Amino acid sequence: MSQPGMLAALREIIRRDILLALRRRSDVMTTVLFFIMVASLFPLGIGPEPAVLRTIAPGVLWVAALLSCLLSLGRLFTADYVDGVLEQMLLIPQPLSVLVIGKVTAHWLISGLPVVLLSPLLGLQFGLSGEALGVLTLSLLLGTPTLSFIGAIGAALTLGVRGSSLLIALLVLPLFIPVLIFGAGAVTSSASGIGAGAHLSLLGAGLLLALALAPWATATSLRIALE
Amino acid sequence: MLNADNVSCLRGERRLITALSFTVQGGRLLAVTGENGSGKTSLLRMLCGLLPAEEGRILWQGEDIRACRERYLANLIYIGHLNSLKDDLSPVENVTISARLAGEEISEGKACEALEAIGLAPAIHRLPTRVLSQGQKRRVSLARLWLSHRSLWILDEPFAALDDSATGLLVRRLQSHLYNGGIVIAATHQEIEVGADRLDHLRLSG
Repeated sequence: MSQPGMLAALREIIRRDILLALRRRSDVMTTVLFFIMVASLFPLGIGPEPAVLRTIAPGVLWVAALLSCLLSLGRLFTADYVDGVLEQMLLIPQPLSVLVIGKVTAHWLISGLPVVLLSPLLGLQFGLSGEALGVLTLSLLLGTPTLSFIGAIGAALTLGVRGSSLLIALLVLPLFIPVLIFGAGAVTSSASGIGAGAHLSLLGAGLLLALALAPWATATSLRIALE
Repeated sequence: MLNADNVSCLRGERRLITALSFTVQGGRLLAVTGENGSGKTSLLRMLCGLLPAEEGRILWQGEDIRACRERYLANLIYIGHLNSLKDDLSPVENVTISARLAGEEISEGKACEALEAIGLAPAIHRLPTRVLSQGQKRRVSLARLWLSHRSLWILDEPFAALDDSATGLLVRRLQSHLYNGGIVIAATHQEIEVGADRLDHLRLSG
């Protein structure tokens, strides 16, 4: 296998998935609007007490980001599986895990990055300080790709299974918990003046671990699903 | 040269293929026939490495395809019974993107030439694939055969949904590939007019 060939395939799969997302904007907008709505409902429901809102903000924003990621996971491989494109991907003379990295990267760019970019704006509704908003953005920047990589394993394992959306949630939500704890914990620590360094380091380590293991596990699951 | 050496295939509880052996030399077409459910698609998927053989080996140029996976795949085109097209992309985008993913850098001009070669008018090259008929979608899928110089073509029902005109164009493309020493293995329900001297038959009984 040649490295230029792998990079070309990686670039092409990212470009293709983004092009497809731009042609089906409603799918992308659903995820983003879901994040905005869930995060906005809490201040409306709980009331305008600043201290309460600041306390719940990290957890609410992180759970909203996690659920919006979960919402988009069902589409990660299903369309390619149904129209036969996934089968062709298995016949590309490059490691399947490289294509998985490309698909997960595109998934994050389409559904994770808008969440990261919108989070400071939504954080303002909760009265978060400037520093806490920065930590929130950074924690989502490190944590949402990890959610995409972990979610890809669940999406591949449930490919072609009836009721796969619910199954994905059951499979991946327990694995999302550490990311949620460290992500929300980073913002809480920053708001309390403790510093978010430890939590952010753990999120970074989680991302590296997911990058190393998830593509391989996802590729293996896809091969099994297509046999 | 492609060899199947005593391959068997199990689907669920059912043994579809038992100890099947054959050799396909360069310049020859193997037409795989049989009733629905006799194992034609399973055999083709085994030959591609998509489905592991229960027993036996598949050899490409004398080497097990599992041992020379990347070299084997670099020589292979597989067109399955699904067209493997994205409905939201145009035929030109579908052809160029699938070729680039397979490691073949082609221009949009080349893609248009291939689409015209299979009889698709330029007016529909840029339309969303979702608006095309089944026959036109099949033509887009088959356009890959005009773009690639890969030697082994494995085709599952390549003539499905094609009209007489497209069938004629495809048969001529197959003849040209065989004349250049290529190998074709095709599951089909119809006779392929590539010349008796280049044609072998394999009938599966399921």
